[in-house]
Amino acid sequence: MCIAVPMKLIKIEGTKGIAELGNLQREIGLLLLENAKIGDYVIVHAGYAIQKLDEEDALKTISLLESYLEKPPDAK
Amino acid sequence: MKYIDEFRDGAIAIGLSKKIASLINGHDEVTIMEVCGSHTMNIYRYGLKKLLPSNIRLLSGPGCPVCVTSVSYIDTAIAISQNTSASSNSGRDVLITTFGDMMRVPGSSSSIEKERAKGASVAVVYSTLDALHLAEKYPDKKVVFLAVGFETTAPTIAASVIEAERRGLKNYFVLTAHKVMPPVMKALLTDKELNLDGFLCPAHVSTIIGSRPYEFIARDFHISCVIAGFEPLDILQGLYMLLEQIVKKEAGVQIEYSRVAKRDGNPTALALLDKVFEPCDVEWRGLGFIPQSGLKLRSRYEKFDALMLMQNKSEIQNLSSTRIGDPKSEIHGCMCGDILRGVKTPPECKLFKKICNPEHPVGACMVSNEGTCAAWYKYGET
Repeated sequence: MCIAVPMKLIKIEGTKGIAELGNLQREIGLLLLENAKIGDYVIVHAGYAIQKLDEEDALKTISLLESYLEKPPDAK
Repeated sequence: MKYIDEFRDGAIAIGLSKKIASLINGHDEVTIMEVCGSHTMNIYRYGLKKLLPSNIRLLSGPGCPVCVTSVSYIDTAIAISQNTSASSNSGRDVLITTFGDMMRVPGSSSSIEKERAKGASVAVVYSTLDALHLAEKYPDKKVVFLAVGFETTAPTIAASVIEAERRGLKNYFVLTAHKVMPPVMKALLTDKELNLDGFLCPAHVSTIIGSRPYEFIARDFHISCVIAGFEPLDILQGLYMLLEQIVKKEAGVQIEYSRVAKRDGNPTALALLDKVFEPCDVEWRGLGFIPQSGLKLRSRYEKFDALMLMQNKSEIQNLSSTRIGDPKSEIHGCMCGDILRGVKTPPECKLFKKICNPEHPVGACMVSNEGTCAAWYKYGET
């Protein structure tokens, strides 16, 4: 039930907006998230944006995870 | 998919699992519990247990709000759906709106799905936005939303009540069974049978409530907490951070899911929750009554309470008096209670797969698509 994916906010109309994920677009409620801007990635749960995704933090986490990749031995 | 695929890389998962094995090598068995249906599902879907060494015991706790919805709540929803109005020509005047996974949760003798087959008006919706839309579209129907969910979902119901008031809707109601996590986590902490070393904390509940509500767990009980996202690499990284704490014997609350969950949570959502709801004592299916673990509408909003629609007010008392242990409240042989507490696994239940399966579920753990029994059935033991 809680699983939600980041969607990009592409339109804002008062307390509602349109968010997209790939080719999918849907209307979402914005009452739970103030200061959302067009272009933000938002987490959408049960039709409402519940938080903005912090892209800087996302990149830091991705970088940490990539450090776990096992480096192949140098080819000789 | 951006910010999703990066957290599902199989090669990184292998590398991270080796780091976990190296960290915990030679250590006594460690017991970690996750309390989130989406964590349960993804641990099984991605076969993550197979990547963990044998001295990590990973338990699934009561993380699925559908699974912990009481028998009496379902019976109440069914009773409301059977309301007829003397002035209505169309007979039943209630339209039940609900999340899909509530449809087949067993009540004492029926379910919402079975009642729909017998003529109840029921619409499965994705959001309370859809329920509000139906209330506007059908002004002669009383639209009742089955408000089940933890702190991620409750704010969306709070928002719908505020919006219904703003639009002047007189035919929108909510039947609340909302529950909150910290009190049940406290009850699990003190369960001697579990002997937990750490909690993998739910990602989106924590997005709303922040990390502060878990601080008592580390401070007073010295049990480690990490808030982890749902993707497989989030779960593995969250486990790694938990194990680091446990090995160093330094219990604290950390956030792996820092790209979304912050220490203060979502203040707008928290303010809305506080405006519309107040804490109450509620029954968790399989666990009994847990004090202050539920949310009910504040008196200012009681005009939106679906309980007001009960034709016979004494029925409310009768239905809410069903208790665990009452023959009506539990199905004989069903082990959902022990499974929700994490002390038994689905194969230990005599009904699992033999009588209880997704097509014919006996208990709530099999009905919900995030229930532990549903996960074991679909993905097998991993």
